[in-house]
Amino acid sequence: MLLIKHIPTSSLIQHTSQTLLNQSPPQFSPNQSLFFYAIFLWNRKVKKPLSFLWKGIISSVLLISLLPTLSHATELRGTGDLGVVVERAKGSVLIIETTTHTRLAEITDLGDLSHASVVYSRDQRYAYIFGRDGGLSKLDMLRGKQVKRIIQAGNSVGGAISQDGRLVAVSNYVPGGVKVFDAVTLELIADIPTPRSKVIGLVDAPGQRFVFSLFDTGEIWVADMHTPRVPKIHQFKNIGRQPYDALISPDGRYYIAGLFGEDGLALLDLWHLENGVQRILPNYGQGEQKRPVYKMPHLEGWAMTNDYAFVPAIGQYAVLVIEQRTWQPVARIPVHGQPVFVMAQPDGRQVWVNFAFPNNDTLQVIDVLTLNIVKTLKPGKATLHMEFTPRGEEVWVSVRDDDKLIVYDTSSFAEVATLPADKPSGIFFTARAHKIGL
Amino acid sequence: MKPLFALLFFLSANLYADDIAPARQNEIIHLLKHDCGACHGITLKGGLGPPLLPDTLTAKPKAFLRYTILEGRPGTAMPPWQDFLTQTEVDWLVERLLHGIDDAPH
Repeated sequence: MLLIKHIPTSSLIQHTSQTLLNQSPPQFSPNQSLFFYAIFLWNRKVKKPLSFLWKGIISSVLLISLLPTLSHATELRGTGDLGVVVERAKGSVLIIETTTHTRLAEITDLGDLSHASVVYSRDQRYAYIFGRDGGLSKLDMLRGKQVKRIIQAGNSVGGAISQDGRLVAVSNYVPGGVKVFDAVTLELIADIPTPRSKVIGLVDAPGQRFVFSLFDTGEIWVADMHTPRVPKIHQFKNIGRQPYDALISPDGRYYIAGLFGEDGLALLDLWHLENGVQRILPNYGQGEQKRPVYKMPHLEGWAMTNDYAFVPAIGQYAVLVIEQRTWQPVARIPVHGQPVFVMAQPDGRQVWVNFAFPNNDTLQVIDVLTLNIVKTLKPGKATLHMEFTPRGEEVWVSVRDDDKLIVYDTSSFAEVATLPADKPSGIFFTARAHKIGL
Repeated sequence: MKPLFALLFFLSANLYADDIAPARQNEIIHLLKHDCGACHGITLKGGLGPPLLPDTLTAKPKAFLRYTILEGRPGTAMPPWQDFLTQTEVDWLVERLLHGIDDAPH
């Protein structure tokens, strides 16, 4: 919950037309109107004893003393039910509100957002958006404005915010590496080059750490940021071929990288770095013809529930289920296409899956107890992303080619709302601010 | 591999982009920007996949480019697109890529 307290009244009034703080024009209470009228009368009646100058000064003082009550007319609000929707083709984002399913603002000129992702400041006021063109933009969720924007690399893919909320890290394809910035000023704090490799799967981890993987050289690096300008790096080599994305468990203990170049996943226990990286689900696709993958799966949004982890198979139309204590395979659930996002509802009761081209018009819902598909939905062509409301009663879905967002009730699967959006892709709610790894 | 390139080159040399209806051309550009763009970037400047800009493509033989799109590149993340694009369409697309595609979103 965030209340705006210390914003100077003048700036509040100045920004009234664009700001989210004030949805309606200021209203004067009867008392305030009377007060104005009294000043007016007083100005007319008091004549000789006070000079014109004094009259002016006293009136101004009275008016200024009234301003704080005026500002009460502007609605204070929190940011806990806000979110950002990326409009990938236009390079803009929408700020939306989940309680009443409304669009509050559009922020433009954010560059190439074709693979954009977002993290939030821990006060949930600011969104950091990582663009494909190396842009890092800081957005004010309440004012619906860009606060600062820098181009920090040639080509980037994702980012993370540190445990203490003071550092924002960005992972880069070109020229590779991770750059770390001050969350307030976006000043460069540290540069961690990764020679000869693109960086993927960057997450924050407890212990003020960032963890990430090297696609081309098959490594996992753990960066301890306790001395932010001189990070301590722990490198793990030979973790497997072409890690394409990674995730961290909700408690921040396990980091898992999915491998594109071979069957299997690489697991690092962050409580036991000395044990090194362990390979899990090796050869899960044995004997299976690999299907072409038209979009890389995403592991963001760990689907862990009922002691199981759910991950997309690569080159198979399947979701793999892993038992969490032993990391042994439990089941392979055949699904409609190559899974892209496999995401558990916040209550862990159901897992939602979307798919790569050409099967990307569909969503499937897996029941966690029976491991059966209980629902198949057809939101529309290019159903790219989904995001649950903080406690999971609804899910927002972006449908790129239909230029819309659909909100579903997660128990009845009924469509609750539809909102227009220009080629929407990622949806990111502020509740992410308080989740490890998001 | 070489005879295959030669064959592809021979076949494609006889085909013309005029065969592709404007509506289909728009569909292909949409596919390029959004679905190829998933790896190569919406502005084709590259991502997990390499850039597809004229500068990076002109050095490569056209037949190689056509073959890569149709058949994919084993051992990399590049999948085959022959189920979604005809040979004529790929020829047209290669020409468009070599010429350069404007930045305006489709």
